[in-house]
Amino acid sequence: MVYAIEARSTRKVYGSGSFAVTALDNVSIAIRKGEFFTLLGPSGCGKTTLLRMIAGFETPTSGQILLNGQDISTQPPNQRPINTVFQSYALFPHLSVRENVGFGLKMKGRPDAQIAGTVERVLSLVKLEAMADRKPQQLSGGQQQRVALARALAPEPEVLLLDEPLSALDLKLRKEMQVELKRLQLELGITFIFVTHDQEEALTMSDRIGVMSAGHLLQVGPPREIYNRPVNRFVADFIGETNFIPATIAGGVATVAGGARLAVATDAPTGDHTIAVRPEHVRIGAEGDGALPATVGESVYFGTDSHVHLTLADGTAIVARQQSDATGAGVLAEGSRVGVSFADGSVQVLED
Amino acid sequence: MAEKSFSASRIPGFATTAILVFCALYLPIVMLVLYSFNSGDSVAVWEGFSLKWYPLAWSNEQVRDVTLRSLTIALVASVVATTVATMAALGTTRRKKTKGQTLIYLMINQPLMVPEIVTAVALLIFFAAIKVATGYQGLGYLIAAHSAFCIPFAYLPIRARLEGMDKTLEVAAADLYASNWQAFRYVTLPLLLPGIVAGMMLAFVTSLDDVVITLFVKSAGQDTLPTYMLAQIRRSVPPDVNAISALLLLLTVIMLTLFFLLTRKRD
Repeated sequence: MVYAIEARSTRKVYGSGSFAVTALDNVSIAIRKGEFFTLLGPSGCGKTTLLRMIAGFETPTSGQILLNGQDISTQPPNQRPINTVFQSYALFPHLSVRENVGFGLKMKGRPDAQIAGTVERVLSLVKLEAMADRKPQQLSGGQQQRVALARALAPEPEVLLLDEPLSALDLKLRKEMQVELKRLQLELGITFIFVTHDQEEALTMSDRIGVMSAGHLLQVGPPREIYNRPVNRFVADFIGETNFIPATIAGGVATVAGGARLAVATDAPTGDHTIAVRPEHVRIGAEGDGALPATVGESVYFGTDSHVHLTLADGTAIVARQQSDATGAGVLAEGSRVGVSFADGSVQVLED
Repeated sequence: MAEKSFSASRIPGFATTAILVFCALYLPIVMLVLYSFNSGDSVAVWEGFSLKWYPLAWSNEQVRDVTLRSLTIALVASVVATTVATMAALGTTRRKKTKGQTLIYLMINQPLMVPEIVTAVALLIFFAAIKVATGYQGLGYLIAAHSAFCIPFAYLPIRARLEGMDKTLEVAAADLYASNWQAFRYVTLPLLLPGIVAGMMLAFVTSLDDVVITLFVKSAGQDTLPTYMLAQIRRSVPPDVNAISALLLLLTVIMLTLFFLLTRKRD
């Protein structure tokens, strides 16, 4: 299978000698054609560095970047059929919206008539036909964002790179643009590589997510898999909220402090490990009957649900998410003793 | 109630000092302009309003001659200096940072830091050698000297503009298939243009009023407006010099206003 974009053992080291900083450490990744792929990680994890190498703004220290199976590692950005939507939009302030959107085609030497037609079409795609003759500074943040998108789409790139393009927008606009971006991607069938530190954004938009930390690619998979089957503590902690409980694993059974036994995957590694359970999978019931004994602590009300803080017998603190009811009858008194169990298949064994 | 933050205007004597300083700066200039309209030929006694000194100054063939020379030198020197300064500014802001960059920065700005008289004497000796060797006596020496000392005046606003420019714009241009030259031609240069024009006007004004270097470098019969005026004033202060000064002032004000309009931040 030929992938749209491939990184092979890509390394990027800035500086040299004792000042050397490894921004990207032997990252290999394969992104399919027409895929909405998200690189997710905290700032400084190397996701932007990888994006810049795909765009051609950086050259890998070692390893390769491939486009449709061709090595493009040393190709300058202006020769790659890849366009970028920048975090700061980077719209040309001296050019009108129309000229901004037509810039790529003009540089490619396309005839004026063709440029005009394409610009009209792309502007209607992002619903900005009426703004064509304005300057970027006369537009709102959301409109500028769409101009940046139109400008990157106009030359019909094979891959579109998006570097945290929604981070400057307010929440409502961000949600709208998420839907809009996903619609455009499905409509155009272009491979999108989206960089973000916002896990919710990644989960809602992506076909697949690559989670990165400290220059390493930790896990690649569809949103559900990343959320439900995190490979390690970092992924489990970074995506959503998670309870970590120390346990001893043997033959598909995890034994936690207090002797309670929980079913886990049969191929889970054995020995002393940490198990992870999402707060929404924690059930609070009566004591006994194989449940983990726990003491109720503070409850924090969030509207649709409440976070109930609990302390297990060995002192491990966990959080349970409880759906709110209209009457408030289910509110647990602080200090009461309860039994905690976990939803079937919700217990994950983490290797580190 | 929290303390108000520091404000210089609450320092005792602030207003008085400010007014005094502005008087010291502008009263002499006001006097100069005022007495250029004096009907008498004294620059100390007011004898009534008249415009006669302006046409009188212009009817003086010598005045026309030196004005034309001054403008020629200033125009050529500011174009040369601005071209060199633009290249220097690009060279010092649009490439990888290297060791010794501060040294290069200091070297470009040398004319601002070395006393003008030192440069003047150095140029005198240097050009004397060339004059002996080649026999050339023309205006080239003055133009070369003015071009050189005008470079930092053009360089500073251009460099400031380049440094204030969002470099992502050039990256975006490259991302959108622009070659190095196209990125410069269609993004960097149009955005830099106000800086270049501002630098050129600053260089022009600087060249126009230079006395020290011009006095040392000029050959016989190569007076510029300032050196001519200086020579006139040695004997008495003729009111036509006032008139010329007032016109120069007007030119400078126009140029500086344009400079201000071009360099102020557009948001």
